[in-house]
Amino acid sequence: MNPAFSVIFLTTLIGVGQGLFLALFTAQTYALFGILPEQDSVGFYAYGSLLALVFMAAGLIASFFHLGHPERAWRSAAMWRTSWLSREVIVLPAFMGVLFLYGLAHLLDWKQVLLTLPTGLSINVTVALGMLGTLLAFALFVCTGMIYACLRFLREWHTPLTIINYILLGGASGFTLATIFAAYAAPALAGFFAGWAMIITLCGLVGRAASLFRNARLKPRSTLQTAIGVKHPRIVQKSQGFMGGSFNTREFFHGQTPALLRSIKWMFLLCVFVLPIFFLVSGLATASAALLLLAFAVQYIGLLAERWFFFAQANHPQNLYYQVVS
Amino acid sequence: MTQLALVIDLNVCVGCHACVTSCKEWNTSGPAGAMSDERPYDVNPTGNFFNRVQTFEVGEFPNTETVHFPKSCLHCEDPPCVPVCPTGASYKRKEDGIVLVDYDKCIGCKYCSWACPYGVREIDEKQKVMKKCTLCVDRIYDQSLPEAERKPACVMACPTSARLFGDVHDPESVVSKAIRESGGYPLMPEWGTQPANHYLPRRKTRLRIHEDELERTDNPLKIDRQLPKPDMAEPSLDDVTSW
Ligand code: SF4
Ligand code: SF4
Repeated sequence: MNPAFSVIFLTTLIGVGQGLFLALFTAQTYALFGILPEQDSVGFYAYGSLLALVFMAAGLIASFFHLGHPERAWRSAAMWRTSWLSREVIVLPAFMGVLFLYGLAHLLDWKQVLLTLPTGLSINVTVALGMLGTLLAFALFVCTGMIYACLRFLREWHTPLTIINYILLGGASGFTLATIFAAYAAPALAGFFAGWAMIITLCGLVGRAASLFRNARLKPRSTLQTAIGVKHPRIVQKSQGFMGGSFNTREFFHGQTPALLRSIKWMFLLCVFVLPIFFLVSGLATASAALLLLAFAVQYIGLLAERWFFFAQANHPQNLYYQVVS
Repeated sequence: MTQLALVIDLNVCVGCHACVTSCKEWNTSGPAGAMSDERPYDVNPTGNFFNRVQTFEVGEFPNTETVHFPKSCLHCEDPPCVPVCPTGASYKRKEDGIVLVDYDKCIGCKYCSWACPYGVREIDEKQKVMKKCTLCVDRIYDQSLPEAERKPACVMACPTSARLFGDVHDPESVVSKAIRESGGYPLMPEWGTQPANHYLPRRKTRLRIHEDELERTDNPLKIDRQLPKPDMAEPSLDDVTSW
């Protein structure tokens, strides 16, 4: 496939936003159980939610650049019964709405207790919104992943690893961002977030390596023989029927050399997984916010490359029909 | 239930592209608006087509065969392009099985083209909506056309009658008979899309002449000698001369 930058930005930006929200609510949950100290509602949770919301909004804006008719985007909520894209279109604003309310509840200090559990734990408005948000954040990861994983012809994507990696990579980048945010807003939590960021990053490495391993061994199910239905071992295309290219040659071929693909792969493996861990550890050790910021920046750039590679690696069976100009 | 479809005979297609041009001519002139082209008279012309004719070479020189291969939307019975469409712009008609795009609903997200394994959906770069073969839905029901012309434009144009059109669910239709009797097959059956369009394979065409067709040994005229044996130099004529 030919990677579209609108979709690359959409999936990576909302991944960061979802991950950051999950990080915030993880900290709140820990605090609820008394494992971590309580944080300032406004300075930490409200501003943190705002930051997550900024990433979500940026992703949403990027997605509009993918559409031929952005003014009709509202129509895309119609087919949620069958289409994962439609489901994403519904869950994305729903999550943003809950995220907004979550931040607002912290900002306005809505701490009314809704319910007290038998264990004595009291669930207030922010906790309830946080739980709903967590549910929606994961639902959104699943929708985004399933958009790709449900296409059975694109065998590189048609695996549960696609969804797992969207969750892990979004989570990793979100927790890394939470580390740098905490360094300013709640220094006591920086180590906590950095720890989780590294754990999720390492899990992401395992997941992504597994999908790279799997995809490198895929045998194409469609061949020229099945594509045109001629049972002969040697078939070559002599003409694809036109010379100046078409939608089919522009949308489905990335046109890059295998060498470039390989270098992008190593680059993202380095930038998404290795360097951020290095910068997180050294940033914490030297108490340097700049290094933490670098960790996030490198990881995000790495994720752009990772997403580019994710699209470029998928080999669409339609490409069998578009091999030769003349 | 009706399922309209094309059956394309690869044995007689000569790769003339008449179907491509007549398809474009009919569909670019329709009420849905032009199928846009870019740089049509310049270098690297490109544009929106519903139908393409491709050419493949089968075998190793000198034993090769050239296969011309027309390709358009196959109107799959289980079309993977339809459920993925978020707006419902892509749909399959219940009444005749034609898969269509509602150009007024399509948001141009291209997701359906990703979900079609055959690469037959093409975005219109000017109208920014997805387009594909409609089986000339604006022709085949048009009562103002003579009945013989209520066929897709490509079928009308084909000089070798390589394109048959009909209901593949009606066992007596010309397309069903062709599929049944001439080994019709679907493309990429491995994905379970059940394309409605079928292709007829190349066939070996041999003219077999038996000896008794040259020397008509069983010709009664020769046996009862009622007619004089014509001279060898005379022009031979079936049932008149004996060879
Ligand atoms: S050939 Fe492609 S566009 Fe046509 S119905 Fe089948 S999947 Fe859809
Ligand atoms: S490009 Fe149009 S027809 Fe295709 S999936 Fe998107 S909205 Fe549906």
